Amino acid sequence: MDLASILLGGLAAGMVLFIVSVGLSVTMGLMGFVNLAHGGFAMLGGYAVVLAMRHWGLPFSAALALGFAAVAALSVLLERTLYARLYRASELDQVLFTIGLVFVMIALVTLTVGPESQRVVLPAWLDGQTDLGFLKYRTYSLALIAAGSLLMLALWLGFERTRIGARIRAAVDNRRMAESVGVDVGRLFTVTFALGSGLAAVGGGLGAEILGLDPQYPLRYLAYFLIVVAVGGLGKVTGVFFAALLIGVLDFTLKIYFPKGGTMFIYALTLAFLLARPQGIFGKRGA
Amino acid sequence: MSALPAALDLAVRHRLRWWEALPWAAGLAVFFLFPNYLAFGTQVLVTILFALSLDLVLGYAGIVTLGHAAFFGAGAYTVGMLAAHWGWTEPLSGLVAAALVAGAVGLVSGWVVLRTHGLTLLMLTLCTMALLEQAANMFSGLTGGFDGMPGLSFKAILGLFEFDVLYFRSQYLYVLAVLFLCFVLVRLLVYSPFGRSLTGIRENLLRMHAVGAPVRARQVLAYAISAALAGVAGAVFVQATGYVNLAVLGLERAAGVLIILILGGYGRLYGAFVGAIVYMVLEHTLSKAYPTAWQLGLGLTLMLVALYARNGVLGLGEALRRRWSAR
Repeated sequence: MDLASILLGGLAAGMVLFIVSVGLSVTMGLMGFVNLAHGGFAMLGGYAVVLAMRHWGLPFSAALALGFAAVAALSVLLERTLYARLYRASELDQVLFTIGLVFVMIALVTLTVGPESQRVVLPAWLDGQTDLGFLKYRTYSLALIAAGSLLMLALWLGFERTRIGARIRAAVDNRRMAESVGVDVGRLFTVTFALGSGLAAVGGGLGAEILGLDPQYPLRYLAYFLIVVAVGGLGKVTGVFFAALLIGVLDFTLKIYFPKGGTMFIYALTLAFLLARPQGIFGKRGA
Repeated sequence: MSALPAALDLAVRHRLRWWEALPWAAGLAVFFLFPNYLAFGTQVLVTILFALSLDLVLGYAGIVTLGHAAFFGAGAYTVGMLAAHWGWTEPLSGLVAAALVAGAVGLVSGWVVLRTHGLTLLMLTLCTMALLEQAANMFSGLTGGFDGMPGLSFKAILGLFEFDVLYFRSQYLYVLAVLFLCFVLVRLLVYSPFGRSLTGIRENLLRMHAVGAPVRARQVLAYAISAALAGVAGAVFVQATGYVNLAVLGLERAAGVLIILILGGYGRLYGAFVGAIVYMVLEHTLSKAYPTAWQLGLGLTLMLVALYARNGVLGLGEALRRRWSAR
């Protein structure tokens, strides 16, 4: 493979990582809640997309929208009834609770759908190759890159140019101060949690083609999502974007050249990187 | 509680109490009463030792880790590779080698990852384990790769007791003895000034910094000691069963031991015993027949424990006893 195709493939994988992980980064930054079940929401989204297309014959884009809405609604329910009880609990309790939630999600999916892996049937206009002039490449990967970039732009505008974005940034930087000037951080958190989980669901649906989709998904990619968030910095959309792209490209490249132990280098690089910059790419010290 | 009883409690809590002999008596009784279950019993003992090593970092030093199986695996692969490639099959020196290697891995990785905290620390412990797992997969010439190294055999323990492939009699007593020695070590440690300072770091990090305790050095040391003990657990696992494969390093094992310790109750020494026995017996009877239901039940139990019973089985027992004596 030539350099351009490797780069494009890596970017497409990175975009999926970004779409899934960005919500985790923001909710971690807001509440400091260790949500290891985030990948579970991505998996549920993927299943919603696959099942809606198979049983109701929905088109791909409508199924993605449905997955977003369903998972966002479910996450609000879980956040209000269960997560909210653990905001002041220790990190260990949050870890246990969310690991337990992952197990429950895996078991329920296995019971209702089955343990085999699922395939997303892509619509005709996304399947096939597109001629970019200098090379032909898979249309779907190009569409992923476009979708991820658009999402990044939208999130950046939302974060930097809207009132609610300003509130989120304020609450990430200094929660107490934000509360004392009248920001309802609790409600803000519910909204961002829903949005983040919904985006994870979209990422699960979009990325099923690349990452696969089966009940073990949330555990298999747990380390990846956490790496992206830690390298990108908590509550930093731009940081997560670049971290996801970097890791997507590195992972894709290394897996081509060292098929057997490619992921080993990702872990080693992450350790080395966080040793030098424990606060992430753009993170501030002590954040 | 007023100051005096608290001081009294601190002064006597390290003393041995009569019931502390019970687990060991029970361990010996199992040997005579259930000779057909000793292979399973050996697994339980290994798991107790592994959970006990985790208790030192999690329960006493308060470091939440998702990658403790890294050290179990380091010890397991040390013994396995020494036996398979260099014919080093003497079990006791194998244990020492495993403890040294796993302790060194713990020292280096602890020195690196304990600079961070929160999510990053959690992720880096996971990363360390995944790194070792991938390395074990990649260097298949040394480690056997995905299939691991089956059919290892070891010399007789102390030159006297041959490993018993069929009934696990000598393995059971061997692991029980190793567990006992390690338990004595951990018990001495947690009631020593070193152990008290670990508890202090767990309870109030800022104050320990303020009183001038070398916080990071103590944490790294505790991490390394715990890693060495986990390495011993991995080593006896390989010596008892005669094989090693990638499963010794996985997230499944790391999450499993965390769950075991939490179910039993962390920071209490005997939580590892209760948790390992309860979990292993349930798993043994349920997980083969109903794997999905087992996972569902495990998940629900974890969520309930996190929400309502943060101190595990032993914590529930203590709460009941307090309520009883308050009447």
